Amino acid sequence: MLSSLRSGVQGLWRVSSRALQTTTTLQHDSLFVHRDTPEDNPNIPFEFSTANQKRVDALLAIYPEGHKRGAMIPLLDLAQRQNGGWLPISAMHKVAEILNLPRMRVYEVATFYTMFIRRPIGKYHVQVCTTTPCWLRGSDAVLNAIKEATGCEVGGNSPCGKFSISEVECLGACVNAPMIQVNDDYYEDLSVEDTKEIIEKLKKDEKPKPGPRSGRFASEPLGGLTSLTEEPTGPGFGLQDGLKA
Amino acid sequence: MLRQPLTRALALSSPTRVAPVVPAARRFAEQVSVQPEKVEVFIDDKPVYVLPGTTVLQAAAQVGVEIPRFCYHERLAVAGNCRMCLVEVEKSPKPVAACAMPVMKGMRVKTNSDLTRKAREGVMEFLLVNHPLDCPICDQGGECDLQDQSMAFGSDRSRFTDIHFSGKRAVEDKDVGPLIKTIMTRCIHCTRCIRFASEVAGVDDFGTTGRGTDMQVGTYVEKMFLSELSGNIIDLCPVGALTSKPYSFAARPWETRRIDSVDVLDPLGSNIVVATRTNEVLRILPRTNEEINEEWLSDKSRFACDGLKRQRLVTPMLKDSRGNLTPVEWEDAIVAAARALRDCPPDKILAVAGDLADAEALIALKDFVNRLGSENTYTEQYFPTGGSGTDLRSSYLLNTKIANVEDADFVLLIGTNVRFEAPLLNARIRKAFIHNETDVALIGPKVDLTYEYTYVGDSASLVKDLAAGTSSNEVLKRLESAKRPVVILGADQLKTEEGAALLAYTQELALRLQDNLQDKEWKVLNVLQRTASQVAALDIGYKQGVGEALAAGPRVVYLLGADGGVVTREALPKDTVVIYQGHHGDAGASIADVVLPGAAYTEKRATYVNAEGRAQQTLPAVTPPGLARDDWKIIRALSEVSGAGLPYDNLDEIRERLSQVSPALVAYGDVQANNYFAQARALAKSLQKPVSGKLDVQLKQLEDYFMTDAISRASPTMAKCVQAVLKQKTSPY
Repeated sequence: MLSSLRSGVQGLWRVSSRALQTTTTLQHDSLFVHRDTPEDNPNIPFEFSTANQKRVDALLAIYPEGHKRGAMIPLLDLAQRQNGGWLPISAMHKVAEILNLPRMRVYEVATFYTMFIRRPIGKYHVQVCTTTPCWLRGSDAVLNAIKEATGCEVGGNSPCGKFSISEVECLGACVNAPMIQVNDDYYEDLSVEDTKEIIEKLKKDEKPKPGPRSGRFASEPLGGLTSLTEEPTGPGFGLQDGLKA
Repeated sequence: MLRQPLTRALALSSPTRVAPVVPAARRFAEQVSVQPEKVEVFIDDKPVYVLPGTTVLQAAAQVGVEIPRFCYHERLAVAGNCRMCLVEVEKSPKPVAACAMPVMKGMRVKTNSDLTRKAREGVMEFLLVNHPLDCPICDQGGECDLQDQSMAFGSDRSRFTDIHFSGKRAVEDKDVGPLIKTIMTRCIHCTRCIRFASEVAGVDDFGTTGRGTDMQVGTYVEKMFLSELSGNIIDLCPVGALTSKPYSFAARPWETRRIDSVDVLDPLGSNIVVATRTNEVLRILPRTNEEINEEWLSDKSRFACDGLKRQRLVTPMLKDSRGNLTPVEWEDAIVAAARALRDCPPDKILAVAGDLADAEALIALKDFVNRLGSENTYTEQYFPTGGSGTDLRSSYLLNTKIANVEDADFVLLIGTNVRFEAPLLNARIRKAFIHNETDVALIGPKVDLTYEYTYVGDSASLVKDLAAGTSSNEVLKRLESAKRPVVILGADQLKTEEGAALLAYTQELALRLQDNLQDKEWKVLNVLQRTASQVAALDIGYKQGVGEALAAGPRVVYLLGADGGVVTREALPKDTVVIYQGHHGDAGASIADVVLPGAAYTEKRATYVNAEGRAQQTLPAVTPPGLARDDWKIIRALSEVSGAGLPYDNLDEIRERLSQVSPALVAYGDVQANNYFAQARALAKSLQKPVSGKLDVQLKQLEDYFMTDAISRASPTMAKCVQAVLKQKTSPY
């Protein structure tokens, strides 16, 4: 009697822990199917501006006849820049039309690369590196500061519509960790205060000065050079005497 | 511009890559080019000599070693992404993908070594980690490559434990129309469907979106797969990701009986397998025939089979005093029909054969009507009667033959939308376009043929100018310089008033080109018929021009499955008795006074002659429903009661009669070479009258394609297709 009660309780326990059927969580910010939205649907026309049309022609001229599809990524990038940092479906259709390709071939490329953003985003796309070196140097605090200052979650847009935050993998500036990228500019060696200042400036549409915030010019050691400090040796250095003229 | 996908263009070009199974069709490329020296390779220590450029997988196939694969398909470009075909090659540090690796001299391949087996097990394990364990509810179960290969090559135990309860990878299903059901979680990313859509179907709607674990196969946007060959991706899918929607949850493969048969819904006579259970046709699959359909099948042929269960005539019927058709016994119907025929003056009897009539029924009906003293046997389709008319077989057949179209270097289409009139012929032309640099030109309305073509115009006089050699169009130069040109005239043009002249000009053009060819065996002239019955009817000697016969005021009209709407009540005198024999309650039955229920093509052993002139036979997969009977037997019984008994009592005897008329009608599987081109051309000279009209075709769009005959008109699946296509047309994608 008791034992059956126990197994029943165990059964209940097991049900509560295991009966839940789940599928894996999406490991990516964006969907890989298109959904029509009021902001992004094929009925919204997209045309390259006159200035960009010239760039389109120049880009196409680079590629030989029969291999014009090589211009796809530059054209998509151009379309994304023209459209305020994101790539609407009509722009993909336009690129397909220019390259005379099936639309699917353009969708494939646009979904493959994470730098093509297929949802409306803010004017400033803040990409926070949270890979190990940046993380060790306090990228979590930087990320939280940005979230607080913009009122925006990772993968979303800020209420004012000006900012979007993405958490990204290594952007290749580990020596200047922690760092963020805002649109095309890197801001490096950040502290929480620096970050806040950058966001405040961006809110006022001023452009903060890109680069390291620690006073460094680039990625040189913080306290001055530690090696290669002496005068560079001239030609013929270390050559054996017999070879010297 | 590259016509083929980059993967294929870059791959080593060897004729065996394009068509590994060398069909009986002549491979001109091989005859002309010098054969490179063969190299010796060893597959499991068995030596084999193969051409350089052959892949390890193909070389293994030559010595009978089958290497497991998912993504490799011999009729598609090599993708090399499933990794299932990994094999050990001696002196290679890693296992290599056999489907993409060209052989090298002295290569020693081990297809059953420990390393190979371990590699396969590993690949299998990775595939299964991301594959749902839903075989019991999967329609592919029992014919699933993944299932079979995991039994044969997978590990005997699993290391997969979902210890974090995070679940398996899951992917959203796509809606690609009413024919294909998608369960994308089952997809193993072999990309066969993508390659088929892009290479064979020519509708580039499939692709992979995203990458890594988020990669999915699909259309990205909500879009129907607008192809007339879409059903083939169901066969190509090695797992249950793409399955047949009409057949979903219907049966397991081991429960069905499979009967080899022949399709009759288009003029090509594609070879099919009819899967049946409990006297019901469940589905139709293609059967490989290199000469006709390779291993593809068009959607109408594949999915219209549910029309075989609907709108059927299951009992003989007579019109009662109130004008309603009422079911009666066979005796009453036969007697009523025989009485009408007996009481009618012979010259007032008219027999009309429809699209789906078989050769046995056609010959029985003709013999019967002749015995009654009438010569009035017609087909619904039309063929010009002037010149040599239907006397010379070369005038109404695809003389080039379907498989040889692949070898053509220039194809001129006159007034035909091959894509919908004969989808698999179009697939051949597309294959030639892509792999052999064949160019295509079209005279007729502008239609989407899935490949680029030179549009010449739609005026009939263009054909005249080309025939006379006076055209300034560059197509004439291309035709004259072509080594193996093909000219295809659509049967739609023959019905028009200028049909005879168009045929005469086409003959003139084709034969003028043929005379100048180096290759004396090559045939240029082709006429593409629209229906499965027309060639047999012409062979048997059916007359053409039913319109005039109707105008003569027949008293008894015998319709053998004539549902094309050519014979209408309005065109007939009031007291005309209409006898309809056929399998569907369609246009013909609705005007009939006597209905004699016949058998459909899946229910009888019958002969059909395809557009090339190739006789093939269907085999009975199910029994005819209700009281329906074999068509020729109905006519035989009727002839007995009418007092004009036909001299054959069984199938062998009636086929003997067929062979008397033309041995080609019973030479199953063969095409007899056609001759007398020059005579046909000479006789057609008198028909070369000025033409001024415009060429038009009946089937222009995909929605026109699905419902063209009594069976497909009765099919709910085909109706859904039409609706879905029309809906897709309103979508911005």
